[in-house]
Amino acid sequence: MHLSLREVSHSYGATRVLEGISLEVPAGGILCIVGPSGCGKSTLLRLIGGLERPTAGDIVQVGTPPPGCLNPLTYVFQDFALLPWRSAQGNIRLVLEDHGLSRRRTREIIDDVLARTRLSEYRDVLPRNLSGGMKQRVAIARALAVNPAVMLMDEPLSALDAQTRELLMEDLVALWLRAPFTAVYVTHNLAEAVRLGHRVAVLSRRPGRLRELVSIDKPLEQRTRTDPDLAGIERHLWEIMRQQAEEADQELLDG
Amino acid sequence: MDESRRKAGPPPAAAGSRPATRPVPYRGGGFRPRRVGWVGPLVFAGLIALAEWGTRSGWIGALTLPRPSDVAATLWQMALSGRLWAHLAPSLARLGVGAALGVAAGVSVGLAIGLFTYVRAGLVPLVAALFPIPKIALLPLFVIWFGIDEASKYALIAFGTFTPTVVATYGAVDNVDRTLIRMGQSFGLSWGSIVRKIVIPGAMPGILSGLRISLAIAVILLVAAEMLGAEFGIGAFILEAGSLYDLEQLFAGVAILSLLGVAISFFIGLAERRLLHWRA
Ligand SMILES: Nc1ncnc2c1ncn2[C@@H]1O[C@H](COP(=O)(O)OP(=O)(O)O)[C@@H](O)[C@H]1O
Ligand SMILES: [Mg+2]
Repeated sequence: MHLSLREVSHSYGATRVLEGISLEVPAGGILCIVGPSGCGKSTLLRLIGGLERPTAGDIVQVGTPPPGCLNPLTYVFQDFALLPWRSAQGNIRLVLEDHGLSRRRTREIIDDVLARTRLSEYRDVLPRNLSGGMKQRVAIARALAVNPAVMLMDEPLSALDAQTRELLMEDLVALWLRAPFTAVYVTHNLAEAVRLGHRVAVLSRRPGRLRELVSIDKPLEQRTRTDPDLAGIERHLWEIMRQQAEEADQELLDG
Repeated sequence: MDESRRKAGPPPAAAGSRPATRPVPYRGGGFRPRRVGWVGPLVFAGLIALAEWGTRSGWIGALTLPRPSDVAATLWQMALSGRLWAHLAPSLARLGVGAALGVAAGVSVGLAIGLFTYVRAGLVPLVAALFPIPKIALLPLFVIWFGIDEASKYALIAFGTFTPTVVATYGAVDNVDRTLIRMGQSFGLSWGSIVRKIVIPGAMPGILSGLRISLAIAVILLVAAEMLGAEFGIGAFILEAGSLYDLEQLFAGVAILSLLGVAISFFIGLAERRLLHWRA
């Protein structure tokens, strides 16, 4: 299953936030969305996941979700959104409880996703006793548990410190290599975008339009923090972003 | 110029003499009360000991305050003769039934106000209109509606606990983290699951702290209702002792009410520790 956006626009009252976005989210790849802060990235993700309806345009699912998929469009939130009164496994169980799975099947799924996110030892720990990186791994495990067709990730690493971010980025790459998933990954961090994205969509400042769509062909497992090719792409993305920011500054001065 | 600036700056360390050192003053701490089990009983024991000493030494007159040991003896005799239980049992039943009805209705209505736009629009002004009514003023009305027996007392206590519970509950629901609710929706949880597993546990801290106030109000109304029309009950007992100026019995009744208050506070604390163990 993949997603297709056609001429999607969105406004809040008189504020136009997104304008004429047409994008494909191909199956099995990670699409990164970058853009200056306030350009409508989070809004776009909410539209894609059906938490809000676009003012204009269509967002369509093409094909059917894979078998065993419990929640086709699944979010990973910046602030983790874990229930503080449930343990790590309790938080994962939450999203399985409504599906009438057998107790054994539920347990298998929880064991599997906890193992994939290296959290098996922490299954009974409450969120307040987990570090930020572990909390986000629980949230990722929870998303994996419903076997999503598309993961919608809104700055999942932005609440973490630089070292944790780096480690979790490696975890995400490892997870993808083991079982490729489809994801829309919103970030304002260009280094993340070039490390994780098969394609990177750059939005303009508000109202967000699609400025450029960059494909990165290098396989994920070969990308490193110091890769010169990636550095070149990152510089290119930065040039576009800087231009946006400068134009915005200019506009403020003129206005 | 140069000279004056040097004077204004920190004094340079004289050669050979080491600069004075002192530890950085500690300014943190506080604003975080801990649980200390022995202080509460100690305060009670201290006050009682003071009263005992005062009445024995004659510093407090016999008509001002009865001797605590006499009050204790009175309580003990009441317990032996069965009079204590004859007054306590109906009071506990009234409190239990009335408060259970009021809290159950209050939590349900508070949840409904927290969850549904039209219920909120319709009921919030009504609750605001009911809240400031002194409920005891309505007892004659309840006697007409429900009869002179137990039902009118249940109704009074239920009504008195209902309004503060409603207000505490919908406030607590409003304060539930919206991102958690969005999360539940994004995983396709059913409406019932979101309410049961996210909204209610998230509102529980606020509901329980509202319960402390509601139940204190329930005790006050219990005594008031029993004073206005009951043969048995702690309120009736206190009224009788008061009209006879039997200070020992009066204080025995008051001591029972205080113990009731302490017991309620203890059980709510227990519920908080069981239900809210996830809080830091
Ligand atoms: N629910 C909302 N109501 C009104 N305005 C909103 C709402 N959500 C976002 N906005 C506005 O839309 C713009 C884009 O927001 P957002 O999508 O969060 O940007 P980004 O995630 O790219 O930083 C911002 O100017 C923000 O103020
Ligand atoms: Mg955002």
